[in-house]
Amino acid sequence: MKVLSEDRTRKLFEKLTKYIGVNVKLLIDRPDGTYCFREKKDRVYYISERLLQLAQTVKPDHLVSAGTCFGKFTKTNKFRLHITALTYIAPYAPFKIWVKSSAEQQFLYGHHVIKSGLGRITENTPKYQGVVINTMSDIPIGFGVVSRSTTECRHADPLATIAFHQADIGEYIRSEDTLV
Amino acid sequence: MGRKAKFDETKKVKKGPGRKARKQGEPVFKKGLIDDNKEERHLSHRQKQRAARRAKKKKELLEKRKALKEAKKNVAKQQEKEIPDDSEENADVENVKGFTDDNKEWLTPKQKGNKKPKEYETDSDTGEEDDSDDEQENASDEEQDSDAEDKVQAKSGKEQYKVGKLDDLFEDSDEDGGENEQQSEDDETSKMTYDSDSSEQNEDENYSDDDDDDDKLPIEKANIKLKKKKKLDQKLADEELQLNIAKQDVFAFPSEEELQNPTSLQDIHQRIKDIVTVLNDFRKLKDESRSRCEYTELLHKDLCMYYSYNEFLMEILMQIFPVQELVEFLEASEVARPLTIRTNSLKTRRRDLAQALINRGVNLDPVGKWSKVGLVVYSSTVPIGATPEYLAGHYILQGASSYLPVMALAPQENERILDMCAAPGGKASHIAAIMKNTGALFANDANKDRTKAIVGNFHRLGVVNAIVCNYDGREFPEVIKGFDRVLLDAPCTGTGVIAKDPSVKTTKDQKDIQRCFNLQRQLLLAAIDCCNAKSSTGGYIVYSTCSILPEENEWVVNYALKRRNVKLVPTGLDFGTEGFMKYRHHRFHPSLKLTRRFYPHTHNMDGFFVAKLKKFSNVIPEPVKDEDDEEEKGDGELNLNGDVTTDLQSKLSNVPVKRPAETNKVEPQSKKNKPNSGENVNKTANKNSTENIPKNKKKPNKKNKNKSAETLQSSENVKQIEAETNKSQGDKTLQEEQAVVVENTVKTKIVQESKKDSNTLIKFNKDTSNSSPNKKKNRNKKKNKPAAAVITAKVATISDEKLTDKIQIAASKKLKNKMKKKQKKVGQLNGKKANKPKVDDKPKTFKKNKMKSKN
Repeated sequence: MKVLSEDRTRKLFEKLTKYIGVNVKLLIDRPDGTYCFREKKDRVYYISERLLQLAQTVKPDHLVSAGTCFGKFTKTNKFRLHITALTYIAPYAPFKIWVKSSAEQQFLYGHHVIKSGLGRITENTPKYQGVVINTMSDIPIGFGVVSRSTTECRHADPLATIAFHQADIGEYIRSEDTLV
Repeated sequence: MGRKAKFDETKKVKKGPGRKARKQGEPVFKKGLIDDNKEERHLSHRQKQRAARRAKKKKELLEKRKALKEAKKNVAKQQEKEIPDDSEENADVENVKGFTDDNKEWLTPKQKGNKKPKEYETDSDTGEEDDSDDEQENASDEEQDSDAEDKVQAKSGKEQYKVGKLDDLFEDSDEDGGENEQQSEDDETSKMTYDSDSSEQNEDENYSDDDDDDDKLPIEKANIKLKKKKKLDQKLADEELQLNIAKQDVFAFPSEEELQNPTSLQDIHQRIKDIVTVLNDFRKLKDESRSRCEYTELLHKDLCMYYSYNEFLMEILMQIFPVQELVEFLEASEVARPLTIRTNSLKTRRRDLAQALINRGVNLDPVGKWSKVGLVVYSSTVPIGATPEYLAGHYILQGASSYLPVMALAPQENERILDMCAAPGGKASHIAAIMKNTGALFANDANKDRTKAIVGNFHRLGVVNAIVCNYDGREFPEVIKGFDRVLLDAPCTGTGVIAKDPSVKTTKDQKDIQRCFNLQRQLLLAAIDCCNAKSSTGGYIVYSTCSILPEENEWVVNYALKRRNVKLVPTGLDFGTEGFMKYRHHRFHPSLKLTRRFYPHTHNMDGFFVAKLKKFSNVIPEPVKDEDDEEEKGDGELNLNGDVTTDLQSKLSNVPVKRPAETNKVEPQSKKNKPNSGENVNKTANKNSTENIPKNKKKPNKKNKNKSAETLQSSENVKQIEAETNKSQGDKTLQEEQAVVVENTVKTKIVQESKKDSNTLIKFNKDTSNSSPNKKKNRNKKKNKPAAAVITAKVATISDEKLTDKIQIAASKKLKNKMKKKQKKVGQLNGKKANKPKVDDKPKTFKKNKMKSKN
């Protein structure tokens, strides 16, 4: 559990901002204690200071995970957001997409969201904005990047991709081993 | 859409067709209403016969009167013969029940003669002839039987007699004023018809009987009563006889050939059932030539074959359950438990989840009143482990039994909780959900691969207050301590979840169980060590396994009760059966009934065991030696977790150990049987230890207070003490000295020492070593010394070995008694005053040793 380097911190926050915008602040300034990001084996964990102290009693070799894993830095030093971050991203995300129940499964298998599966989309979503994808019953099932703005979506072809798949909760089953 | 589930428990789903749908029975009419029309017209053959007979009888009235008296005598005789134990009560009962004088027919010998052919007729009519065995019985018996059959026959629907007429007949005869045999005869015949009818008519008959009775002589009444009684008895006896015959027909012990030639599984299943019934009522149903053992052995074999268990496991199961329950358990273990899911209260509510799942075509119900998060899934059109709700972490697949330990643990918010064997994180996430993601949750598992499942589940379920780590649970106290609550769901043989993993049936043997419970003991001690007794909210440890073997459950808890300052508290689960307080030769602490057992056949969940312990002191008391330790020693692999003795014990291992190896491990060790091979060592150990105990004792063990000093066997001290001795460097030189002295003692003595003698000495040493410093102790010491001196002196003077033996046996007995008394005191005081260092003890032992060496 080490503190992120400045470079990595910047990359992390850049990425987070893509999805939750200014709400990133809320992740740091919390009423229920201070929270911080820590890095372990290139994985980034979001953890409260209190829990961190306890976690430090555990030897690094034996520590598997602490708090919530947000994602990892790739070998090329880019930050990749994992589905495990959804717990924190979903409530703060300003832009959302709702997919029809018929398209849910499609998305959960790792496909992009196409126009025909699009149920709803937040007004004024800009192009290439990071969005959280929900089912029609408001269950967050992943996140992605919209390929078109809201207005463009209206006129899009039924098979046109609306949002690129980035992570979905199907990964909990598909790639449990590589999750963290 | 699934059917409406029963979420609201107040609403009851109708199961049957409903009350209105019940079919109304056929109306019952009074006999007179039906019969009058039809039956007046034609009399049956028999009726005619009887009518003729009646007419005849009227004429022979006087004769019969005489005959009546004779009959009475006969009856009396018969009664004496057959039912000597007739009681008055029966008669009363009969009166109440309205049994009437059916049997008046055989009041007279002549009547008997008349009746008999008729009876046979009826028999042949109905085809209900009694078994041949009845034939041997005397005539009256037969008559009674056939009477019963007459009734049956009447019931069978031949209602030819015209009721009205018979009644009339009655009345006529009554009017005649002749209280006579004819009447009773009529009465009886009418009865035969009536029997087929409702009770009202029986009552009517009673009335008529009463009328009759009024008219009869007391002696006649008595006679009638007697006959009734007799008949009832006879009937009961017959029933019983037939019942027995029927049952005996059920099972005959198979012959050797039958046993050797395996039959079909159905046959075996039948045989199992039969044996179970036999064993349930063994006295009645047994084959006289067979012992219960043979039956159980056969059952054992059959069960093994039918349910494909290995013999070992089946034997253990047979020891746990009575046969009937055993079969139920085995049956239940064949069937998978219903699939249950636990709502993740961090993300959703049960009602919402249920609605969502029903919309997906899942048929479910709440698991029961005892859980607010459980749902039972009956059927589903979608894979229940891959719905978007599942992936979103709204629920987790978890057996109903897995809720129990967490419910017992009752975590509070903002606590620090440890789940020692957490993978795959079901219970741990349940804990986190109850804590509402506050506090800190350590989820540990020894298997690195399995920790990935914990991580996955935690993230999916949105548990953010958890630290997942990968330690051997036994090492955990070294990592971090001071938890408010600890959950230990120990790895086990899985005998409670045979339905889930049938390989348990065949793969487990004694060694597996031993390995398991050794590990469990260590884990439990480690778990207790991790817990903080001074926690304001907690200090609780919950121990659970999915095994039903007492070795892995009660015994382990019992072990921990002795080793640590913990006590059992109620689990807070209002169902489940109580834990065993005794199992075979084991006698566990009575508080073990506070633990809970769950069985597949009684609770419809996996076999489970839950015990909740409260830690009341952080001090680790000195280990107490008992039968548990003997096993532990025998296993050789077990070391007391967290105790310093571990290493030293292994050092000791090259030395012959006092207690026998695990061969006779099941037997509780009796003190006197200790082999003497290791006595030298023990002696030294004891002597060395005398000085060292107090130093190492930090606090008195509370439990020790209660125990009589006898339970503190020397052997326990040997282990621990020797360890401690080695540890304390300062005393080393002294120890060596003593060791030398003792060795000398032993050498000099060894020639004349018999086994008993040495035992005595050991005993003596033991006592001294056990006693801890206090004022009274010193007094004891003084008393002890002369006693020892006496013994040794005697040993010296009498060279003859045998004599020595005898005397020493006697002496040792006396000494033992004395010691016991004293030690009780000492032991109690020990508990209170063990803290003081014992300085004055050293020279005394030394002296004592010297004295021995003189000899």
